[in-house]
Amino acid sequence: MKALLVCEYRDGKLLDSSYELLAFAERLGADSAMVLIGDAANAPRYGGKVYLAHVAIYGEYNPDLHKQLILAAVARENPDYIIFQHSSYGWDLAPRVAAKLRLAQVSEVVGIDGDGFEVGCCNAKMRRTVRPATARAVITIQTGAFTPQSEPHGSPAVEMLDVAGSGSVEFIGYEPAEEKDIDLGKAEVIVSAGRGIGKKENVPVIAALARAFGGELGASRPVVDAGWVEHSHQVGTTGQTVSPKLYVACGISGAIQHLAGMKKSDFIVAINKDKDAPIGEVADVLVVADVMPFAQALTARLQK
Amino acid sequence: MKLLVCIKQVPDMESRFKVNDGGDWFADADLAYRMNEYDEYAVEQAVRLKEQLGDTADVTVLCIGPDRVVEAIKKALAMGCDRGVHVPDAAVHLKDPWQVASAIAAFAQGKGFDLIFTGMQSQDRGSAQVGVTVAELLGYSCASTVVGFDYGAGAVTARRELEGGVKAVVRMPLPALATCQLGLNEPRYPTLPNIMKAKKKEIVTVPMGELLKEEPVATTTRFYPPAKKGGGVVLEGDVGDLADRLLGILKEKTTVLR
Repeated sequence: MKALLVCEYRDGKLLDSSYELLAFAERLGADSAMVLIGDAANAPRYGGKVYLAHVAIYGEYNPDLHKQLILAAVARENPDYIIFQHSSYGWDLAPRVAAKLRLAQVSEVVGIDGDGFEVGCCNAKMRRTVRPATARAVITIQTGAFTPQSEPHGSPAVEMLDVAGSGSVEFIGYEPAEEKDIDLGKAEVIVSAGRGIGKKENVPVIAALARAFGGELGASRPVVDAGWVEHSHQVGTTGQTVSPKLYVACGISGAIQHLAGMKKSDFIVAINKDKDAPIGEVADVLVVADVMPFAQALTARLQK
Repeated sequence: MKLLVCIKQVPDMESRFKVNDGGDWFADADLAYRMNEYDEYAVEQAVRLKEQLGDTADVTVLCIGPDRVVEAIKKALAMGCDRGVHVPDAAVHLKDPWQVASAIAAFAQGKGFDLIFTGMQSQDRGSAQVGVTVAELLGYSCASTVVGFDYGAGAVTARRELEGGVKAVVRMPLPALATCQLGLNEPRYPTLPNIMKAKKKEIVTVPMGELLKEEPVATTTRFYPPAKKGGGVVLEGDVGDLADRLLGILKEKTTVLR
């Protein structure tokens, strides 16, 4: 069995998440080769074959050309699986490759289940096993679901890729993340507000609980999108990744994107009235309660 | 300008999901349905573009699914879409993303849509495939995970959301497709007058059999709750008592209260 792993490269660097693709290929028991649209100096530390296309020619984001390059590597490697991260790069590119080759795509794989792949669904509350019906398949894996067991090492045998043409989507540039007024990465305690707190007027109650712990206020994405809390407080894939000594999730259901940003915390407390909320999967303690009265009761005791 | 918005109706994600008799999806009973949250942003962006362009723009909203999905179409019409298309299919949950995308592309083929909006993914299946695949099948330019959208001088400038708060700005010519991410805009609530107006708008029915010629390329073999990690303590009871018990645990297991 052969797997072609599509590395990610951004802002002049190979992303470390590329090594998670190797961990997944190992779990599959597949031989691997990698594709990188990047540069030789930033090739993965890897002992196998890397199909390399120069980022100077093809750009960091040019979906049409990157698709062509991956198809060129597929033609040479003839893999059983073409594997991407389930990321802004992978979920954009994988369906283009799958459609062109008329192959099954299985998205955001978190595990292997017999002859199928385990994926999350229903906002991470449930799971499905998906089985490709095509002989070969395109797969995207959930970030953080497959961790390399050892330090990456080796130097690859590089084969160059080249395609002609241009793409219809023009990359203009990056906009950096907004300046942060707080650095959640340094906080020992983070108390985060989720949609379950009900309304913006309840945010100060959660902030008061954070202060009572001597910690910082965090927030889930819906609360930030709704304008209840500034983006600089957002925890998760598109916000900050944190690992405090204590993380208290208030009314946060536990979407994958949020869990990815906080599940490495030393101790996790979740307060949720839904006993089945997926946040319970990572919580050391799940307090089944209405968030607001519980937060007030806890704050009062901490202030004594 | 002709615009198409593709929407899906999904269960409220706060629901408690039960496995259906086939063991391959959730049981339909006792679920409250609503428009997929990502699609609300897609509808809003299409309506905003129509408002920007004036009467020269026409927005079609399309939804595949059983009869109940007409409610989602009506909401989109009340938000400002001009006409609805319902593709009845009581078994849409058994179709894979490839089939759904193929059906949508078959509908759009030859109709001259300049811009297509979809959500970046559905809340229930979450494959994030259909929008991009539709673009690929139609040969449209496509930007996914859009959190900023601007149309002018015949081109779309979109901001794509990447990881860690970084955005990528891209420009693409028409015809184009954008998959919309949460936070792209603020979806409006339909007002009562607009809900009344929407009742007069046309909803045409197109049979799935006319659109879908593709076999599935993947199947769901099992649907189940995730395995519990174990070790986690579940506390239930009176709020004051819960707070005391939690503090006891935190004193014992962590150093943050020392």
